[in-house]
Amino acid sequence: MTQQTIAEKILSRAARKRVRAGEIAIVHVDGAMATDATAPLAIQAFHEMGGRRVWDARRVAFVLDHAAPAPNERIANLHAMMRQFARDQGCHFYDVGEGICHQLMVERGHVRPGDLFLGADSHTPTCGALNAFGAGVGSTDLAGILLTGKTWLRVPHSIRIELVGAWPLGVTAKDLALFLVGRVGLEGAHYHCVEFTGEAIEPLRLSQRMTLANMTSEMGAKAGIVAPAGLRLPYDFAPVNADPGAAYARALRFDVSRLTPHVALPHSPDNVVPIARAKGVKINAGFIGSCTNARLDDLQQAAAVLRGRKLAPGVRLLIAPASRAVFNAALRDGTIAALSEAGATFIGAGCGPCVGTHEGVPGNGEVVISSTNRNFQGRMGNPRAQIYLASPAVVAASVLAGEICEPADVVPDASNSLPRMSETPAAPAPTDAIPTL
Amino acid sequence: MNVILGLAHVYDVNDVDTDRIIPGKYTKTLDVRELARHVLEDLDPTFAGRVRPGDVLVFGNNFGCGSSREQAPAAIKAAGVACVVARSFARIFYRNAINIGLPLIELAEAHDIANGHTVRVELQRGEVINCATGRVFRAAPMPAVMVDILRAGGLVNYLKQHGDYVIREI
Repeated sequence: MTQQTIAEKILSRAARKRVRAGEIAIVHVDGAMATDATAPLAIQAFHEMGGRRVWDARRVAFVLDHAAPAPNERIANLHAMMRQFARDQGCHFYDVGEGICHQLMVERGHVRPGDLFLGADSHTPTCGALNAFGAGVGSTDLAGILLTGKTWLRVPHSIRIELVGAWPLGVTAKDLALFLVGRVGLEGAHYHCVEFTGEAIEPLRLSQRMTLANMTSEMGAKAGIVAPAGLRLPYDFAPVNADPGAAYARALRFDVSRLTPHVALPHSPDNVVPIARAKGVKINAGFIGSCTNARLDDLQQAAAVLRGRKLAPGVRLLIAPASRAVFNAALRDGTIAALSEAGATFIGAGCGPCVGTHEGVPGNGEVVISSTNRNFQGRMGNPRAQIYLASPAVVAASVLAGEICEPADVVPDASNSLPRMSETPAAPAPTDAIPTL
Repeated sequence: MNVILGLAHVYDVNDVDTDRIIPGKYTKTLDVRELARHVLEDLDPTFAGRVRPGDVLVFGNNFGCGSSREQAPAAIKAAGVACVVARSFARIFYRNAINIGLPLIELAEAHDIANGHTVRVELQRGEVINCATGRVFRAAPMPAVMVDILRAGGLVNYLKQHGDYVIREI
């Protein structure tokens, strides 16, 4: 018997037979999801396939997050169509303001370790934080899953990224994710599954694991899975680890103790440099949001920098929390007040400004520093804007200074404001931002 | 459908994204003939006028990257293209193409094929033959389930016919 990667193990279970990288398999899906950007076409294709009942309504979720609340009549009607379909079928349905699909799938327990989860959205690898295999599919794909609970897929070869060393103060999983996207490149993990392992993942909280798994999409990966070491969940689970000696297409090793904050320059997420090379770039606005970085600890990191201070004159900060649960937790612990008093503008939980579907569109020639995942030209809705990607702490420091910088540059008592990956956070664990079942 | 014989249109270009396959401004229509009229127009404005049913497209790496829009493979299929050969395909484009019934072959090496050559593609065996030079290129054989989906004209028809995925030994 050959040794297996995490991806091969999960997909072997889903295929009900032992499969190896490179094989095409018919797999049983543990859960599936679509958003307002993809569900309408999927529902139409489901009907065209002759579908009447979804294969298992409890395993299907629909989320209104891409253009929510609806910016126009056409999208409002698509939302209504999704509401009706979910109600008729008895599927899970998350309405306007509940949150971003990938956040909800983890937060509300739709995905568990070892699952095969498919979503009609390119950032579905995010749920790999839970030691699950998450991959993005198209609308027709999703329709087939709705009908049969199955799909065809090629079992990917895996790339192992071993992370060692202790996390330096002020460096977050986002800095590592950007650094790795820069190293591996936009197509560097094409068709592959990225498997994160090593001692440096152990201190990472679920939120940070999600950031890491999320940005494997920007490496072209099919899935990104974080090994279960250090994963704490409020229920018992069977961890999935790779066998020693499993075959990897590539094995990389990085020492996080030498990492500094990193920034992606316009117009590509793999155009990544250490922050020192981006400092001083004047900005017009900051955005903290998206499935990559809008969770409670992200907002807390921004609040630690901005508490008791004001945004630089003429600079805007827009915040879209990852979910209503994140927003509520941040309300209760004073994070929202600190950010709002500093001058931040809050919008409902959802994707909007990141994809440029509506809200927060930058003007011609404007420069935005954002905690999101993609900065392709036109990404936020205006091809004449410049988008830089960074961690929430760097976004917060930059909107305070009016130019790209890190917290230590603008906050005198910086050590209290710097994010810590390797220690227990000062704030209590976000009990409603981890799976509650 | 198992054997395709067509004239090659070769573009030795990498990273052709879905916007260059079919610009976003044309994707609001559900009329595939309209999509076909604008296929690849930003890359080669003459292509849509020259392509004939049964022709074969040949590209470089990472064909179909960018958005997950299904209109991209649909536009190519509607233009009459019988098969796309590329060094590699973007992942979701590859799935979408199979699911809407557009055959693809991933071929690491196909430099021998030039514009106007006649090529013969045997999907299930994963073979591409340049009839002009006689050279044979081998790709991975296409799994039965994908051949069946393509034969049905896409996943919608396949599932309409079978109701489920059918495992068939080759």
